Amino acid sequence: MVARTRYAPDRGLTVRMGLTMFLLGLVFVAFVAAIIGISILFHASDGAIVFFAVVLGGGMAIGSLFYSDKIALSTAQAQVVSPTTSGEAAMVHGIVDRICALADMPKPRIAISPTDLPNAFATGRNSEHAVLCVTEGLIRRLTPEELEGVISHEMSHVAHKDVMVMTIASFLAIIAGLLIRFSFYGELFGGGGRRGGNNNNNQGALPILLIIMGVSIVVYAISFLLIRLLSRYREMAADRSGALLTGQPSALASALTKVSGSIARIPTKDLREAQPLNAFFFAPALSAQQAQSKIGELFSTHPSLDKRLAQLAKISEQLGQR
Amino acid sequence: MGFLDTLLGRTKPVPPNLDVLFQLPSAAVTLEASQGFTPTGTGSVCFRPVEGRAFADVEKDVRELLDMSGAKSGTLPVEVTKDSFGFTWLVSSHLSTELEDLVTDLHAVNSALLDNGFGPQLLCTLVAFRDDAQRRLALVYLFKRGTFYPFAPLSGERRDNALELQIKGALEGDLKMEQDLSRWFPVWGAPGL
Repeated sequence: MVARTRYAPDRGLTVRMGLTMFLLGLVFVAFVAAIIGISILFHASDGAIVFFAVVLGGGMAIGSLFYSDKIALSTAQAQVVSPTTSGEAAMVHGIVDRICALADMPKPRIAISPTDLPNAFATGRNSEHAVLCVTEGLIRRLTPEELEGVISHEMSHVAHKDVMVMTIASFLAIIAGLLIRFSFYGELFGGGGRRGGNNNNNQGALPILLIIMGVSIVVYAISFLLIRLLSRYREMAADRSGALLTGQPSALASALTKVSGSIARIPTKDLREAQPLNAFFFAPALSAQQAQSKIGELFSTHPSLDKRLAQLAKISEQLGQR
Repeated sequence: MGFLDTLLGRTKPVPPNLDVLFQLPSAAVTLEASQGFTPTGTGSVCFRPVEGRAFADVEKDVRELLDMSGAKSGTLPVEVTKDSFGFTWLVSSHLSTELEDLVTDLHAVNSALLDNGFGPQLLCTLVAFRDDAQRRLALVYLFKRGTFYPFAPLSGERRDNALELQIKGALEGDLKMEQDLSRWFPVWGAPGL
């Protein structure tokens, strides 16, 4: 007999996430095509700066992938702890041990950050190099069940390889951003004048940088929105997997309410500084008003609290069905 | 996890593997012959309860099932405890000579949860042993890995790693032992140990 499962995947979420990634890929292809088209159109040698941007952007992406754990830990001033370090560390280790055994995952390193802001993040390019970091504020404010919910959410990020996925997704935005900068400085300092020797480029040099800059700005804007959208879907997916893993969606929901509430009350500047591209915080550093507005949500890396709670309520209902 | 699952942010719950439990009695013979550890007759199943009515009903059924089997053989009823991590332990006690009955009980609990769709919630199954010097030892079965590992607690949250490694070596031929030592997570204060 095949045992029935209560863990049905959310097809809608899967489709939306797939579509977002497809669009990102499409923008990338269109971007490359546009750059090549412009270069051919103007017979320009300025393709060199595009090449340079791709190499530099690729280097930055790979660098951030490989050093994500160290960068994130040092910005959060977190220390990697062993079970014997303190009572808190022993408790976090105990929770992670059990979650790893439930999910059949290798155990990540565990770090505790001495900040009072209640938050958690997981980073590292794959599950062998993963680091899970929780803040002391989080441990102090949450019950063990809620803490387990937060940790299972972060472990789902590790299982989904979100650091890898988001780094690849932001690769395009990095290149577009670099090109905007290069062509801007190219306009300022290079201009067309220095290439006077080349008759073909004398006319073309000035507009080509402007056109590359224009295209890059458009691509940057679109890919920025798509990346944020993708990030919100990944958060929903991590909430979902985390809740199913522990079987306690309501504990995760109550942790979310607590954490969001106290984050909104505390000034956000400190946390903004500690928010590198690839640190996956449990809850975003947004003020309450910002999180509620429609525009604010469009730019946000995390879905709104209401949406996350609604999804968890649905999972809770599904799990309770006989 | 496959490439597509990674891309789309899905996790498939890991199904447990149950039948390996029946290899325990023969392993116990080896353990007694080589190390002098005998089963205490106590074993427990640890799982993560799911919120809601459905799981509560299954849990109740399982307890009734175990109580019935206990009443038949005249042993102690099932004991249910919750640990500080929010996990539930069902402890089944038999006479120390009845390891086979114990394993049958444990298997019944596991398959009841599995059949009702809660297989992914199973954490581990534990069978307790003791030697003449009253040293405590548990063989812990990890459902998701399909492997066993030894856990020998000392007083005050320390574990006897030397003994554990010795046991691992002794049982290598009988049971599939967990080779990755980082998965030997401690179960301090596990009921029935």
